[in-house]
Amino acid sequence: MAESPGLVACPGCIANPAELGGKGSDAVGSKLYLSLPGIHCAGCIATVERGLLARDDVYRARVNLNRKQVEIAHAPLTAPEALIEHLTGLGIEARLLDRDALGQTEDVEGRGLLLRIAISGFAMMNVMLMSVAIWSGAEDATRTLFHWLSAAISLPAVLFAGQPFFRNAWRALRVGRLNMDVPISLALILASIMSLYETAAGGHEAYFDAALSLTFFLLCGRYLDHRCRATARSAAQELAALEVPRVLRETAQGRETINLSQAQIGDHIIVLPGARVPVDGVVMDGTSTLDRALLTGESLPVNASEGTQVHAGEVNLSGPLTLRATAVGDETSLRRMVTMIDAAESARNRYTALADRAAGVYAPVVHLLALFAFLGWVYVAGDVRLALNIAIATLIVTCPCALGLAVPAVSTAAAGRLFREGLLVKNGTAMERIAETDIVVFDKTGTLTEGQLEVAALDALDVDAAGVALALTQSSTHPISRALTLGLTAAGVCPATLTDIKEQAGSGLTATWKGAEVRLGSADFTGATATELPGAWLRIGSGTPTHLALEASLRKGAADMMKTLLATGTEVHLISGDTPAATRAVAQELGITTYLASQTPADKINYLNDLADQGRKVLMVGDGLNDTGALASAYASVAPAAAADAARAASDVVLLGESLAPLPNLITTSRSAKRRILENFAIAAGYNAFVIPLALAGFVTPLLAAIAMSTSSITVLLNALRLSRKVKV
Amino acid sequence: MNILAILIPVSLTLGGIGLLAFLWSLRADQYEDLDGAAWRILMDDDKAADDPDEPAKGS
Repeated sequence: MAESPGLVACPGCIANPAELGGKGSDAVGSKLYLSLPGIHCAGCIATVERGLLARDDVYRARVNLNRKQVEIAHAPLTAPEALIEHLTGLGIEARLLDRDALGQTEDVEGRGLLLRIAISGFAMMNVMLMSVAIWSGAEDATRTLFHWLSAAISLPAVLFAGQPFFRNAWRALRVGRLNMDVPISLALILASIMSLYETAAGGHEAYFDAALSLTFFLLCGRYLDHRCRATARSAAQELAALEVPRVLRETAQGRETINLSQAQIGDHIIVLPGARVPVDGVVMDGTSTLDRALLTGESLPVNASEGTQVHAGEVNLSGPLTLRATAVGDETSLRRMVTMIDAAESARNRYTALADRAAGVYAPVVHLLALFAFLGWVYVAGDVRLALNIAIATLIVTCPCALGLAVPAVSTAAAGRLFREGLLVKNGTAMERIAETDIVVFDKTGTLTEGQLEVAALDALDVDAAGVALALTQSSTHPISRALTLGLTAAGVCPATLTDIKEQAGSGLTATWKGAEVRLGSADFTGATATELPGAWLRIGSGTPTHLALEASLRKGAADMMKTLLATGTEVHLISGDTPAATRAVAQELGITTYLASQTPADKINYLNDLADQGRKVLMVGDGLNDTGALASAYASVAPAAAADAARAASDVVLLGESLAPLPNLITTSRSAKRRILENFAIAAGYNAFVIPLALAGFVTPLLAAIAMSTSSITVLLNALRLSRKVKV
Repeated sequence: MNILAILIPVSLTLGGIGLLAFLWSLRADQYEDLDGAAWRILMDDDKAADDPDEPAKGS
């Protein structure tokens, strides 16, 4: 449904490339980024890079498959549009990305984390080697030498690699809160200082290895977490970079291309066929049809002629339109919708991730335990140094190493498994939330049904009439004509020979066949009585008009998916912006008993909010801009890959394939992921329950601390990996 | 125990080389496109001149 304007055949654009190009190249020897949503393999990389390099004006082209973008260095005079045309010609969908809105293309934070992982890993391995010597009985001078060497390696390493934890902990403490990073930082700092002191005093126990392995494992967890979130963020950035950047304005001096931000109320804006309307306005000149599916969910295009109100975001289908802008920028209906989405999103941010909830309980308990150990031993033994040592040992063994890995490891494993099934999980807490949902709400147009219409039945037509119809529909790009062309061609119809074919934008087609006038078009145009079903009427000469009915075809896998969902007892609702008749037909076909039609975007949000007020947790599946608010306000949400960009950005999970079939799997995998996370918490807690008494009693040595920490982390990791292995069955 | 005076610097140096190698790979943008790198190896480069895979030229 969200076809890019670049894909649609657009005679106006082809006629005007030079003009667009003149304004397009604002930098010398310019670099530009194109988004390539469709690429997925080596073949695509080769096609894009070689295809672009075959042009003389492209100096360098480098595809980044992770981000699905290509970076191009090209001659200053080359228009971006020309490169997009070129790629479209190669069968690759490309869209221009605004470099300013894209911001930083490199993942600085991820790189920083990798660097810290490397440093702490290097330091950990070296210090471990020396610790092995100490554990196996190095004495006196040798032990002290090894301690000093460990200190020399680990102090700078901890100071550098631990920075993310220190910074987070400080941020939390400054506002008087506790988070997972507070006990981590405390353990790291205290362990380092205490070990340094012990080393200087020639003591037995130093925890340098523990401090470093803690840093290493926790950084790994942090990096996994970051990878998940970076994917989501770059998707959002791409969305911002994709906004319609330029518009065509008509002035007394002629046409000029300006940035959207320069457009003003009262400007005369020209919208070429295939382009998205950039502003809200009133049609001054021209007739055409508009695809409003993304905004309203209507499956049929509507006519536009002089005086029609049009809204930003609608797609102009057939003829050029001149608009008088009535609202630009933040005032357009598209913008208002985005604002509504932002508001709805903040509601979702109130969800507290399982990990944070665990940390909320965990952090105070650990601190109290360490304090209790310290005070207890000062009281019992009267030795502050011993008491401090034991308190630190408690902090170290209870350090949430396993806890820090529990969630990211499971999320990564589950997301990897879902990805192989064609589901991209964009949000770190999405699976936790999906696991809790108890009701699924679907949008109709573009989600359960395909955006394409198909012919319902051709029985009413005889061979001649079918041939006439095909000849007429072939000459038009109107969506109904295209659907009829597909259906008629598939039925093996041969087009009749017609003369004098004319298209009357917004009404239909006329032609002459064997001396008689034939008409194909709307009910009014052919003199028929309108019915509820969409479609076109064919009238030959002065005969009775025949109705060629169209219906929306169900998306692949929709029927199976619905059967599975209903069989598992999931409650399913359908809310659509389409007409009651169309909505009822789909609902009945799929066996959905609760459905609502003619819903505005605000209605949808209200409907979901009402459900939420009843304590229901909704999984919303939708694709259009009209669903975007609903997607953002639902407890969790899924959008198909073909959805509007904003809808994809607002949803937690994107269905990469055409089929809806993986959806039930998403729910079951999410549930098992959540179960696995809770299991991991239980494992971590179990380890702690085992070692805390030992630590409190003063039996924990650096060796025991190292063993307990690594085993719990590794157990948690292995448990998480079970999720990704199940797919091979 | 004198052997330690040799072995410890040796082990640290070896580890350090590994670390430097990693840092170099990080600087050379080798972690920017992990999926792409996995596929690129399957591309048949008949004409080596066409191959733009040189990060040194890049940013």
